Amino acid sequence: MARAHKQGLSDAEAAADLTAAPEAIAAELPPALAAQTLGEYVRAWGSRIRSGDSGVLPVIVGLVVIALVFQAISPGHLYLSPGNLVNLFQQSAVFMVLAMAEGFALILGEIDLSVGYIGACGAAITVQLVQPVTTKWPWWAAIIAGLLFCAIFGTIQGTLITRLRLPSFIVTLAGFLIGNGLMLIILLLGPFSGFPSISGIDENQHVLYNLMWAAIDPTLSWIGAGVLVAAFGAWIWLSDSRRRRSGLVAPPPSLTLIKVGLIAVAALVVVAICNINRANLGTLEGVPWVIPIVLGVLGAWTILLTRTKYGRYVYAIGGNPEAARRAGINLGVIRTVAFALCSVTAGIGLLLYASYTGAMSSSVNGGSLVLYAVASAVIGGTSLFGGRGKPLHGVIGGLVIGAIYNGMYLQGLAVQYQFIVTGLVLIAAVTIDSLSRRGSLSGSVGRI
Amino acid sequence: MTAAVAEPLATDEPLLKVRELDKHFGPVQALYHVDLDIPSGQVTALVGDNGAGKTVLTKCLAGIYVPDHGQTYWEGHPVHVRSARDASRLGIETVYQDLALADNLDIVQNMFLGRERTTNGLLDEDGMERAAKETLAGLRVTTVRSIRQPVASLSGGQRQSVAVAKAVMWNSKLVIMDEPTAALGVVQTKMVLDLIRRLRDRGLAVMVISHNLNDVFEVADRIAVIYLGRLVVQDKASVFDRQSVVEYMTTGGLSRTGGARA
Repeated sequence: MARAHKQGLSDAEAAADLTAAPEAIAAELPPALAAQTLGEYVRAWGSRIRSGDSGVLPVIVGLVVIALVFQAISPGHLYLSPGNLVNLFQQSAVFMVLAMAEGFALILGEIDLSVGYIGACGAAITVQLVQPVTTKWPWWAAIIAGLLFCAIFGTIQGTLITRLRLPSFIVTLAGFLIGNGLMLIILLLGPFSGFPSISGIDENQHVLYNLMWAAIDPTLSWIGAGVLVAAFGAWIWLSDSRRRRSGLVAPPPSLTLIKVGLIAVAALVVVAICNINRANLGTLEGVPWVIPIVLGVLGAWTILLTRTKYGRYVYAIGGNPEAARRAGINLGVIRTVAFALCSVTAGIGLLLYASYTGAMSSSVNGGSLVLYAVASAVIGGTSLFGGRGKPLHGVIGGLVIGAIYNGMYLQGLAVQYQFIVTGLVLIAAVTIDSLSRRGSLSGSVGRI
Repeated sequence: MTAAVAEPLATDEPLLKVRELDKHFGPVQALYHVDLDIPSGQVTALVGDNGAGKTVLTKCLAGIYVPDHGQTYWEGHPVHVRSARDASRLGIETVYQDLALADNLDIVQNMFLGRERTTNGLLDEDGMERAAKETLAGLRVTTVRSIRQPVASLSGGQRQSVAVAKAVMWNSKLVIMDEPTAALGVVQTKMVLDLIRRLRDRGLAVMVISHNLNDVFEVADRIAVIYLGRLVVQDKASVFDRQSVVEYMTTGGLSRTGGARA
């Protein structure tokens, strides 16, 4: 068969084929991206999991396990009730957004310890500015002012790190302390005894409270989810089939369909759960605003990191700063902007925190928040060693932390046990990250 | 002496010609009156012992160092190469020993790093992938089955191929390769040497810096030997044999009468 095929070739083609053959022997290729059919994809995925580069699905499996365990042991099996699930998501949202913030630093191979208190400063500024008895700023202007503060603080930290070549650990540790002090100063302004609230009846200030607690009308929730899934699905489908047509690397149609299908099912489940009345008295139904807010941050940072030159350079610097420098990339600017974006995203996260607690107070623990942020990002699959990670990792990791936190709270376990369990989960995640690095490293050495 | 030997080759002007190149670092004279010709369509091997000045000479050509004295001619015209940007504008690309690839990025992303194509501010992934595919196919880098695999998963020879493809992608005319086979096994070395020949066959000038005389004799059309900062000899590869090259490298001259096979 092969010989008959060879005879069909012209002499020149046959010669070219022969010279190419010995080189092909050297190609001990990972099966991952060469796959053309669904079966090959599944096998390639299996081998990726073994080499440690598994994507987010194992984390989701872990999430399901956590959910089943807590459902089985929670009093009255309340864990998976609609009310608790929505509450769980609201609690996780803060971790998710903070983890996406931390992602900017982690992908660069740096760390930002200041996210908790810098974000808290921004949120405290916003909450102070909307107070009806003092400044009375419109809510949107107050949010902009808070985030602007974060941007400036992040830029200063980034400048110190890049221009003076100070280690990010130390600069942001200083930022953590300074942020803590600034937050206390800001909170003490005005007649609120350090406890400016946003849960009052003033409509303008209530917008901030609604970020976390108001829900979209159930019918609108369905329509919104439908439009989102349709737009996203069509975009995936069109770009994949365009790539297939022009012979570029693309997944088979069946895999694209499965992807779109999973997204549709996820949207369906989320909206269905949220639309069940979860109030003990009266009605409380519909998708809470915090879900589109988190999705918006996720979408914006995913596009920025994967579809723009800026994002490409962030990954390049995280992978090999020397290669980036020789490619003519301005490392200082890219890094400084990343720290600014990190702080701004942290500001969004702490705004959600303020909305969740209905106030800002000195009880904000920026220390444990930053640790949860790093833990969420790493549990989701972002590498501590730079170059690897996505905003989606922060969202999924944040959900894991939130799920544990919520489940242990339902169990009535004291906070000390929550800390211990979260710590153990973090150790597990970092172990997997580090083992997978060693695995893929030895894998590539083996192939040389 | 060196210029006189090189003349017979120069039927037309060499692509790159340096004359009387001097470079010193403080009191250390790293290069002394170096004359070197690099013609198109040929592989020029630059050999020399450790510390002889190979790397300094390379970096002077690539614009990393600016020479103290001397004149550089590019396609017959005098030029001043003062930065790596100047060099790449002329068409000089250097593949360093460490390759400068980002392991976490895939082949296409590495090949376009710093020169990405965009449409409406977003990356034109399809266009870049197509162009990278064409370049790799043109170099017959066929062992890489998917150009969307991260560079970390490639073998040493494949990484070298990607680094070379990245260098030739931008209409370069001279590719300088620093120890391209130093870290490679037998099969991988053969792959890279084939790639070097293919660049030559496309009419590019290739300069290879190497310690490995096996590789030098296998692939070089011309050999230039540098000894203690002086370019002691450059000529067609067929003029030399292994022993004469070693002698030039270690003593800067030939003790035997009549030279090698010539």
